[in-house]
Amino acid sequence: MAQSSTKKKPIGKMLIMGIISIALYATLLMKQDLVNGSFARGGLYAFLPIATAFIFSFIHGSFTGNFWTVMGIEAAKKKKEVK
Amino acid sequence: MHDLIGTAANFIHLDTITILYLFGVGFVGGLVSGFIGSGGAFVLTPGMMSLGVPGLVAVASNMCHKFPKALVGSIKRAKYGQVDLKLGLILGVSAEAGVLYGAHIQESIKKAFGDAGSNLYVSVAFVVILAVVGGFVLRDAWKTYRSGNMHAEEKAGKLARWVQSINIPGTMVYFKSLNARISILFTIPLGFATGMLAATIAVGGFIGVPAMIYVLGAPSLMASATELVIAFVMGLGGSFKFAMHGLVDIRLAMIILAGSLFGIQLGAIGTTYVKPFMIKVVMGVIMVIVLFSRGLMVPVYLSQLGLIQTISDSTVKLLKTTSFAIMIFALLLGAFIVLRAMWQGRQAERLQHAAGVLEHGKV
Repeated sequence: MAQSSTKKKPIGKMLIMGIISIALYATLLMKQDLVNGSFARGGLYAFLPIATAFIFSFIHGSFTGNFWTVMGIEAAKKKKEVK
Repeated sequence: MHDLIGTAANFIHLDTITILYLFGVGFVGGLVSGFIGSGGAFVLTPGMMSLGVPGLVAVASNMCHKFPKALVGSIKRAKYGQVDLKLGLILGVSAEAGVLYGAHIQESIKKAFGDAGSNLYVSVAFVVILAVVGGFVLRDAWKTYRSGNMHAEEKAGKLARWVQSINIPGTMVYFKSLNARISILFTIPLGFATGMLAATIAVGGFIGVPAMIYVLGAPSLMASATELVIAFVMGLGGSFKFAMHGLVDIRLAMIILAGSLFGIQLGAIGTTYVKPFMIKVVMGVIMVIVLFSRGLMVPVYLSQLGLIQTISDSTVKLLKTTSFAIMIFALLLGAFIVLRAMWQGRQAERLQHAAGVLEHGKV
């Protein structure tokens, strides 16, 4: 645990990804009619929800990963300590 | 299967309470998925339907949150060396075929026996599979606990050793999680069954994970992590199919994803702190509780089909509410066990570190 506390926490990364993530969600919820109208048209428009899912998973996934690291919740150190 | 013109108009209005509810259920579902490789869908789909989301849109939107969640979870667990990508992809491809076949069976049953027939089929599949597999998993976890060998390295069982001993030339593939070569003729039906179950009860992992552990001989941690790869492959293909029919409500999918990505990261971290048999405990407990939840609904569907005496509306309502409450309880209990095990693991690590500091006199 002491190791993790001396390690630099990714606060900057978390903030950047967090802001982008909030912006993505705000856009999605503010433009609901436009999104529903185009994303649910079927056929090749199917790429829109799939691409959206990938983008959100990358941005928000990176944010949530860094969030837990900043909160001090990280994987067990057991394996790393064995040398 | 779909009504293209009406679909977008059928998407529900989202208010703050609905968003928070989806976020919360997404978080808990993600936490359990990050730990055991699947779960959450059995609450999310009926949960969305209770908000007025049409059944197919709920299934489609759930699937569209599942594959990005599984992607993030599998990347995280791959960092811990728990993912067998080759096994996941091979099982995932045959699972995709199982999903298509399972969906076809569902449609045929719906055509022949209507909604009640389809619901009865799903509930009976739930009860039978969860009773057999869930009971077996829980019994195995209990035996491990009783034997006191919780720290011992997991060994392949009798069935898995037999599967690993069969040599069928031209079909043998080496898998790192098994540390053995096995014939892909064994993996194909397992993947197919996982996909069929995913198409039927939305949680393929209830077959996939135990199959990898007991039939192929994979360690619990690797099986649950590899299940995330299968879920990604199945979810991506399924989502695309549903999206081509305009059935995905991306708002619902992304809100659930918002919560579940917090959960899945935490669940994945949790696996590094616990004893492997905890995967079996959480999975077995959830499976057996969900079994009772679905079992309660069987008389309702039997009555709707006219196979037993008609049940009054108030009783149906009571059974439905109780069934849903039990499912939520199963998920929450699973999440509680994960968090508790993780907390205990962290405490033990802290104590170990403190003891090391005392012994060596350095931080």
